[in-house]
Amino acid sequence: MFDNFPLWPAQSSSYAGNVDLLYIFLVLLSLFTCAAIFATIFVFATKYRRVHGREAEHIEGSTILEVAWSIIPLGIFLVIFVWGAVIYFQERTPPQGATEVYVVGKQWMWKLQHEEGVREINELHIPVGHDIKLIMTSQDVIHSFYIPAFRIKQDVLPGRYTTAWFRATKAGTYHLFCSQYCGTQHSGMIGQIVVMEPADYQAWLNEGSAFGSLASNGAALFAQLGCPTCHQSESQGRGPTLTGVYGKPVLLEDGRTVIADENYIRESILSPSAKVVSGFKPIMPVFQGLVNEEELNELVAYVKSLNQPPAGAVGSTLMASPGTQSQEPKD
Amino acid sequence: MSDSPIALEHHLEPHQQHHFVDMEQQKHAASLGMWLFLATELMFFGGMFCAYLIYRWSYPVEFGVGSRTLNLPLGAANTAVLICSSLTVALSIRATQMGKRTLTVVLLLLTMVFGLTFLVIKGFEWNEKYEKHHIPGASFRLSAEDLKGVNVDPQQMQDFQARTQTFYSLYFAMTGLHALHMIIGVGLFLYLTYAAWKGQYGPAYYTPLENGGLYWHFVDIVWIYLFPLLYLIDRNLQK
Amino acid sequence: MATTANFTAERENYLNANYGVRSWLLTTDHKRIALLYLASITFFFFVGGFFALMIRLELLTPAGDLVMADTYNKLFTMHGQIMVFFFLIPSIPATLGNFLVPMMIGAKDLAFPRINLISWYLYIIGGTLMMHCVLTGGVDTGWTFYTPFSTAFSNTKVIEAGLAIFINGFSSILTGLNFVVTVHRMRAPGMTWTRLPLFIWSTYATSVIFLLGTPVIAITLLLVVFERAFHLGIFDPNRGGDPLLFQHLFWFYSHPAVYIMILPAMGVISEIIPCFSRKRVFGYNFIAMSSIAIAVFGFLVWAHHMFVAGISLYSALVFSALSYLVAVPSAVKVFNWTATMYKGSVTFSTPMLYAFGFIGLFTIGGLTGLFLAALGLDVHVHDTYFVIAHFHYIMVGGAVMGFLGGMHFWWPKISGKLYPEAWGRLAAAIVFIGFNLTFFPQFVLGYMGMPRRYWQYPPEFQVLNVLSTAGSTILAVGYLLPMVYFTWSLRYGKPAGNNPWGAAGLEWQTQSPPTTFNFDEIPIVTQEAYDYENIPAPEEVPLER
Repeated sequence: MFDNFPLWPAQSSSYAGNVDLLYIFLVLLSLFTCAAIFATIFVFATKYRRVHGREAEHIEGSTILEVAWSIIPLGIFLVIFVWGAVIYFQERTPPQGATEVYVVGKQWMWKLQHEEGVREINELHIPVGHDIKLIMTSQDVIHSFYIPAFRIKQDVLPGRYTTAWFRATKAGTYHLFCSQYCGTQHSGMIGQIVVMEPADYQAWLNEGSAFGSLASNGAALFAQLGCPTCHQSESQGRGPTLTGVYGKPVLLEDGRTVIADENYIRESILSPSAKVVSGFKPIMPVFQGLVNEEELNELVAYVKSLNQPPAGAVGSTLMASPGTQSQEPKD
Repeated sequence: MSDSPIALEHHLEPHQQHHFVDMEQQKHAASLGMWLFLATELMFFGGMFCAYLIYRWSYPVEFGVGSRTLNLPLGAANTAVLICSSLTVALSIRATQMGKRTLTVVLLLLTMVFGLTFLVIKGFEWNEKYEKHHIPGASFRLSAEDLKGVNVDPQQMQDFQARTQTFYSLYFAMTGLHALHMIIGVGLFLYLTYAAWKGQYGPAYYTPLENGGLYWHFVDIVWIYLFPLLYLIDRNLQK
Repeated sequence: MATTANFTAERENYLNANYGVRSWLLTTDHKRIALLYLASITFFFFVGGFFALMIRLELLTPAGDLVMADTYNKLFTMHGQIMVFFFLIPSIPATLGNFLVPMMIGAKDLAFPRINLISWYLYIIGGTLMMHCVLTGGVDTGWTFYTPFSTAFSNTKVIEAGLAIFINGFSSILTGLNFVVTVHRMRAPGMTWTRLPLFIWSTYATSVIFLLGTPVIAITLLLVVFERAFHLGIFDPNRGGDPLLFQHLFWFYSHPAVYIMILPAMGVISEIIPCFSRKRVFGYNFIAMSSIAIAVFGFLVWAHHMFVAGISLYSALVFSALSYLVAVPSAVKVFNWTATMYKGSVTFSTPMLYAFGFIGLFTIGGLTGLFLAALGLDVHVHDTYFVIAHFHYIMVGGAVMGFLGGMHFWWPKISGKLYPEAWGRLAAAIVFIGFNLTFFPQFVLGYMGMPRRYWQYPPEFQVLNVLSTAGSTILAVGYLLPMVYFTWSLRYGKPAGNNPWGAAGLEWQTQSPPTTFNFDEIPIVTQEAYDYENIPAPEEVPLER
């Protein structure tokens, strides 16, 4: 897969080979065409270079040639069109009975949920040889779910679902990229597709070790509850940004200043009108009864983790692979 | 290339620019130029019309609700005003062709009056929208009156309101851009009226007037499409 | 028509007819306006080129260690916006087009000289607003402004950039309007449509696209500006809008825009090759018609930028098929240019070298378009470096080489001086080599899966990125050289004479540089275009050491 000068990624899905075949055909066609044209130009330019005593011959054109070199390329193009269309049909027609995985893209992470309920962030574990269908949406801007090794890509839009499907053919770990520019950390919105033998996959499922650290679960929950609608990561929205807020003083509407510790965060979620940040309206919904203690812990851990260096740095919370404890924010 | 060139000793007729061979070439060039410009304006408005039609097709009920809240009498009055203004423009060109300077100026002034009337009526309409909270943005809301006769699932209400907002967004964008073109038209006609009053146009030469008239007619035609699309379709929702 | 060495340094011409800043800033002479544009687009080329250099420097290493992520996002956005809207789109039409169109058809000026000047001022106003945006924070939406990122999420100066491009669009529209009316109404007696130089056909086709396409991007950007400023909900799904509608409207213009960028360059090549083969172009009618076909079909393929955007399977099929159709006329041109050299008398002047370079690079770029139009393959390479390589081959390998070739070809006419030929050939070679080294590795990078607009990337992509950056430094040298020797030639170059190349075309009948009104007498045209049978070749290609 990664020899010294790879020209294409690993071929790890059922239709990857088809895509590569068309690609190689086009490469050969291009090489041939370029060789033919460049050689012809070279020959004409040298054979008919200017020499004293020989005048250029005046040729209007040739309708037969024009027709020929319009029709023949058109014919070849139509072949390529049909070939490409057939592959596209394959890529866009999920087979019946495919296992569904829900994907939510948000700035700047991928959240995935298996049918069995297991949730992952920036990683997708799947068994070899099974049809997987992704049902995807975005929480904010347009993203794109791209797995080069599978040769599949699909834009992920806010306000609607898009789908993609694949069947992995080789166990291994492959890149997942966001391939639709989506802001600051577009190039950090990457992850891994982990393809396992069915037995290993079953074991992994059962272990439940797909649950990440408290903070990464909190991140998922934060997004799920719609918090980013008002609490944006980089700027003030309808609600104050939470990046860097933990442990800092906060000025309230009533003139008091309090420190944003764990209790403050917890109270803000359960009873938001108790302490309203100065300059903001008391429009935050009440989450009392909507989140349990465990979830509160996850949310608090997440807000604390926002004091960390930005995502994209190696080892940041968002890039934690499931099962490992990422850096826990200091208490 | 050229065998026996013509000695070009043409003297310039009044109003003729030096790079044209004669007035006829100049007039044809100006005319073609204005028609091409109008074609670009068609493409310009066309983008918005396209967006509007796509959304109307996708959200007929929401757009019907929006349509109903527009002031039909004022819209109709504006249509009448604009059609009259196109008449006065056409008549003013005819008057110039007949050499009647005063009549030309009067008709041009009338045209501008009609144009300004249009803008004033539009101002009242927009103000009404403001009062009814139909301006898209934070203060947008549909009243019970607006939603009379329409069944909306409470779960879907937020989305419904969002889509109705899209109607108003396009309404303001389209009528706003149209009004801007009217303002530019009035400014243009201020200049044309002044030039006509100064006696610059007559049977021999009235190209700027003609092309200005073309522009005015175009802006009128845009409104003639806007009015039914925005005000008339789906007014009587049967839901 | 014999070419005599005319020492025109003292004769009155459009350059020395008037002196003073006002005579330039208030000129209505199409030739002076062309030079005003030349100076301005060169400035923007430097700005866009600077951003490109920064991008390539950042990409030397996998980590984002030169600039911050937000800065990088601004760099590629502004590189794209400036290069597309403020350099490439105006480049040939507003410089060579403005200069040559009246001369080629035997007219004294364009139909609307004052509108020509206004179009330059609109360009300057748009450009100034753009530079203000760049210098006071920049914009980071990508040149494509996709919603809802641009309307509801970006924290940068989207409105300013959008308005700058909006204003600049009117410059294009007015230029296109001027050209169409001029070609229709101001051809000299005897200059029938089928006697027009092919540069005029290309420029005419380009102008049609200017007129019909630019207003759509204008309204689209205006709607983005309104949405952002007034919180409207036209493209924002949270307010009932559809982000895909933006993409359709955007690409409806932006695809024909790429034909705006390439058609004039093709026109230039169609002038250079016959001249340096000393024979009429092969298949004149077909080349002329292919320009029109490209302009028309170019409006029908926009959604091939959206195959994975969420459009239906069936619309994807339609757009893919149409995209293959639009490839045919371009292929036809390449074949005709090649055939023109058959039994010709070929010289390897600098313009001809650029023409060869153009054919080579445009062919490669065009062939990779076939890859992208293939639906199943596009899914893999869309939004990767493959696309970047493809469009740079066409826009830089094609359009910019065409522009440089044209500048060299008509420089003697524009300035009255000869540039140093040896340096010209050297620069052409350097550009060609530098270009290939910069962009060919990007095809491989793209197929390997490296996405576009990535500030940081996985380490296995580094080698190819380093190669690409190395190439870009060579390319930069290749671009700087002509600026140096063209400037040098203004003072030290040999006087050019009316027709140093022995070229066909009415523009070569005038003195170099031409007088303000081009022709003392409007010519009457009786010969067909490219009448090389009756034009003796110059003794040698003028060589300046």
